Amino acid sequence: MKVRIHVSLKPGVLDPQGRAVHHALEGLGFSGVEDVRIGRLIELDVADSTTDEALDDMCRKLLANMVIENYRIEKLETA
Amino acid sequence: MKAAVITFPGSNCDRDMAVAIEQISGKAPLRVWHGDAALPDGLGFIALPGGFSYGDYLRSGAMAANSPIMKSVVEAAGKGVPVLGVCNGFQVLTESGLLPGALMRNAGQTFICRTVALRVENSQSLFTSRYEKGQVIHIPVAHHDGNYFADEATLDRLEGDGRVAFRYAEACNGSRRDIAGILNAGGNVLGMMPHPERAIESDHGGSDGRALFESVFENLSVA
Repeated sequence: MKVRIHVSLKPGVLDPQGRAVHHALEGLGFSGVEDVRIGRLIELDVADSTTDEALDDMCRKLLANMVIENYRIEKLETA
Repeated sequence: MKAAVITFPGSNCDRDMAVAIEQISGKAPLRVWHGDAALPDGLGFIALPGGFSYGDYLRSGAMAANSPIMKSVVEAAGKGVPVLGVCNGFQVLTESGLLPGALMRNAGQTFICRTVALRVENSQSLFTSRYEKGQVIHIPVAHHDGNYFADEATLDRLEGDGRVAFRYAEACNGSRRDIAGILNAGGNVLGMMPHPERAIESDHGGSDGRALFESVFENLSVA
């Protein structure tokens, strides 16, 4: 089973990278960009029997830092 | 009293740390490898050095925090053994949950490598008793991810309990409340971004870091 873990900064946590990219987009002439926040996408290929609890555990123990980040688990349909 | 310096793959300040400990305590520390399952018996002091453990993969300090030896370090810290984490060592301490908060990318996006002014905020701790409260000292920093973050409630608690050990006395990396180093609740774990082990000889850029090691070894020898 393919799983995507979307890790993003919690609201309220300043994102210096996002701000720099935002600035660069404006520099390129793109208008109307209100905000940029940069996260991380982690793709896992796991056994079909992997439980939601196990996936949650992976995120909390390693894949995301719960002090500053949120995560969202997306299970992809297997072909 | 035995001291140990833990080396992770990618640590690069472990030798400096060992030299500082030897110069000030008079005894070379044991060198411990990240893959070792257990710490040597009877340790009185553990240092986690700076560097780029595991290439900073995922997040700075995240992989090292889950390496085999860290289980023993967390256990030792729980029993009151003093643990000092410098730079990447501080990142490992927050990632392993021994210290609250997180160290994010510097607000200015750039790697900062220079000597900065720090104010000693707590001179009562095991690590800082040889300093005066309010004393300004100069210690080098060299980091990309030193921007300390914690939520307001955590920051208030740290301040209220006197757990902010050092604060930047000049603009540095965007850290919340200019925090450069913090203590755990028990006072036996200190994490700091600046490198005291790089400031122990006046011929090599200053000696303001000596007092930190002198504090530790003085307090441990009378304990």
